[in-house]
Amino acid sequence: MRDSGSDNRSGRKKKISGGWQEKSADVDLKLVRPYGDTLNDGQIQLSFTLPVPAGPEARAAGCTLLEKLGLKEVEVVHLRDLGEGFTFLIAYGRCPLSVDFTGIEVAQATTKTMSFQEINSFIDKHIGRQIRVVGACTGTDAHTVGLDAIMNMKGYAGEYGLERYPGFATWNLGSQVSNERLISKAVEVQADALLVSQVVTQKNVHVKNLTELVELLEAESIRDEFLLVVGGPRLSHELALELGFDAGFGPGTTPPQVASFLAQELAEREN
Amino acid sequence: MAELVVDEELVTDCRQAAAEIADGVDKFISGLTTTSVERTVLRLLGVNGVDEEEVPVPNIMVRQLREAELLKEGSAHNLGRALLAGNYEIDELAGAVARGEVYLPDLIKKCRTSREEVSSFVRELTEKKARKIKEIRQEREDLKQKLSPGSRPWLYVIVATGNIYEDVRQARTAARQGADIIAVIRSTAQSLLDYVPYGPTTEGFGGTYATKENFRIMREALDEVGQEIGRYIQLVNYCSGLCMPEIAALGALERLDMMLNDAMYGILFRDINMKRTFIDQYFSRLINAYAGIIINTGEDNYLTTADSLEEAHAVVASQFINEELARRSSLPPELIGLGHAFEIDPELEDGFLLELAQAQLIRQLFPEAPLKYMPPTRYMTGDIFKGHLQDGMFNLASIITGQGIQLLGMLTEAIHTPFIQDRALSLDNARYIFNNCRNLGQELEFKSGGKIQARADQVLAETAEMLEKIAEMDLMQSLEEGFFAGIKRSRNGGKGSEGVLACSRYYYNPFADLFRKELSSQ
Ligand code: B12
Repeated sequence: MRDSGSDNRSGRKKKISGGWQEKSADVDLKLVRPYGDTLNDGQIQLSFTLPVPAGPEARAAGCTLLEKLGLKEVEVVHLRDLGEGFTFLIAYGRCPLSVDFTGIEVAQATTKTMSFQEINSFIDKHIGRQIRVVGACTGTDAHTVGLDAIMNMKGYAGEYGLERYPGFATWNLGSQVSNERLISKAVEVQADALLVSQVVTQKNVHVKNLTELVELLEAESIRDEFLLVVGGPRLSHELALELGFDAGFGPGTTPPQVASFLAQELAEREN
Repeated sequence: MAELVVDEELVTDCRQAAAEIADGVDKFISGLTTTSVERTVLRLLGVNGVDEEEVPVPNIMVRQLREAELLKEGSAHNLGRALLAGNYEIDELAGAVARGEVYLPDLIKKCRTSREEVSSFVRELTEKKARKIKEIRQEREDLKQKLSPGSRPWLYVIVATGNIYEDVRQARTAARQGADIIAVIRSTAQSLLDYVPYGPTTEGFGGTYATKENFRIMREALDEVGQEIGRYIQLVNYCSGLCMPEIAALGALERLDMMLNDAMYGILFRDINMKRTFIDQYFSRLINAYAGIIINTGEDNYLTTADSLEEAHAVVASQFINEELARRSSLPPELIGLGHAFEIDPELEDGFLLELAQAQLIRQLFPEAPLKYMPPTRYMTGDIFKGHLQDGMFNLASIITGQGIQLLGMLTEAIHTPFIQDRALSLDNARYIFNNCRNLGQELEFKSGGKIQARADQVLAETAEMLEKIAEMDLMQSLEEGFFAGIKRSRNGGKGSEGVLACSRYYYNPFADLFRKELSSQ
């Protein structure tokens, strides 16, 4: 989502030579519906389990439920008896609703992703010193691979991690770090930014952990001394902002995206 | 049967090096015991229960003995003295300690029985308790005779709701859907608890606490559903963390069939002290052996942080080490479920060939081991449709190479712990492929000089080299230098080191003595 350009949302139809484009129906970007094999057919595929025994009643219950969701022409195409009174269903339905694509806006952290070289010279020019970054997997989270991908020398997807950048000084505290320890390290090394990783999201533990970090910082009146960045497979920039962070990065994030954000945001704040 | 050409001389070198490595470990821990081993002995003797604050009685007793400098003679001998001095039954004494009515060292002071007499009293008790474990083992054998455990590779799925009663529901459905093995994943925090929680539990993170009562509840439920569907459903739990041997003991008493039990997992992935881990793993595996429980080692974990192409040899080297250490705990090959995983990047051209090479090589290196094959996890994504196919490729590799225990991959691996339908879809996937390709391996041959053979040659050569390097330095130093999973651990650091203590010259562990003796005469 983050990198999707804005021109495809303008509502204008694109012209491709060949003629078929003119003859086929136009996408109305103000009224976008799911596409199965014909424009605006609204086809949606679903799968779920009901805690009822398999049989015609389970099928009917599935249909009723989906109709209540607003789907039309619902068809349950597969029933699987899971045993012990559970049934798995696969179903189709036509969605009568639409979205206005021209009105969609997605919060994005990165203004412009620069390259390794560009980032280092940007930091040189606009900040004039190393950016100091402390990272940690907080709470009971022991999933270090994501944070390492961003921070460690080796990096991710062919891109070096922050440690490799001359423009960054980094401290990666690793797994299961308490928010208190993260803060005290950040204060100790006079960090510019905190990088928090949260992978386990069961029972919303990540929300609890992240909220606690912000509260602790606020209690000590040092929230504004740091850029607060969080990442993880179930995270978005939007959620991060909601929780009081400055940026959030989701699955597939590469180190230059994070480095670019940190450099540009810090430059803006310092100047 | 498709077979690779394996350089037997290199294999001999590997086993030789593994033996030297294990000698080094033996030396490293000789003359030492741990608080967890001593608690285990108490549990095996029948000490159970908790005090008002939910502290288990074995913990209380071991703490008291340690305070009074008595633990170095072993908890068994001390329990014997206390029982004789107070003329107690074990249950009575445990109850009195739990209520705070008895402080063990005070009671022990009153013991007038000679050392020899106490010792023979303790050994008699031990024999009685060991007989019970044997009966449980026999019960399993009988049930397996009556109800087959299913054909191999066995289909292994996990439940992880946090609530034992919800787990039961999920496990029973999974059994009906065709699962042969149910593992109850433990709660995240349990491995670092220095005690075993008590009673049935309904709250856990990412899994359910391993407790004696939870084991019993699940065992009963699986036996029941197994009777109905005519299959013996095997139950798995984890002997890892600070309570390795205690959990092994509970597994033996509640008829678990398999236990995760890796010699180095705690050190690498939980930062547990080396001595503590090596001592605990030795005794826990001895218990597993006596109870006839298949162990599962954890080499698959290396590939979650390290690259599976670059680190393939580390997996095999670790298997040789795990095998040798298990052998020294009297585990026969058919109970040593060595672990590995299908974790090569799916974007790699001919990646499947490399997976086949690895799986087949391991199959041939450890011909009698019920190999535990782990599914793709690391390269699973939110694309559940592709994920289902990745799991299918994994199943195909397994049936071609004759793996023993198939931990089924879930299409939703990258998203959440399995939904009820995810297990059914995985089981359908595996059964379809296993049935369709049951004898495919018999029909194939690996091309001599081909990619698969070349890859196997390379991995074996690198394995031998790595093992020789480790044998030269010793296992502890190799762990300090980050040989496995790229994780470095210091020799004396890590959690739980305070639980390691030196034995006095009078020390004995009657269960270890008896298990070793009986197992070696078999
Ligand atoms: C490897 C792994 C493990 C390893 C971790 C080893 C290690 N040292 O990291 C081990 C085996 C130890 C493990 C243990 C557990 N795991 Co695990 N694990 C995984 C697995 C297979 C891969 C995770 C991974 O490495 N991804 C690769 C990295 C590169 O991706 P990433 O984390 O998304 O990171 C990227 C972005 O998110 C972002 N990012 C991440 N962090 C940050 C931070 C910042 C600042 C920024 C900018 C960006 C950023 O950038 C990264 C690069 O693009 C996933 C399943 C999966 N395929 O996703 C399960 C998974 C995450 N684990 C899970 C669970 C439940 C557990 C356990 C609780 C199981 C148990 N009961 O024991 C334990 C918990 C341990 C703990 N205390 O946390 C669940 C989580 C479910 C949930 N949503 O809550 C998953 C989804 C599996 C499942 N389906 O059950 N696990």
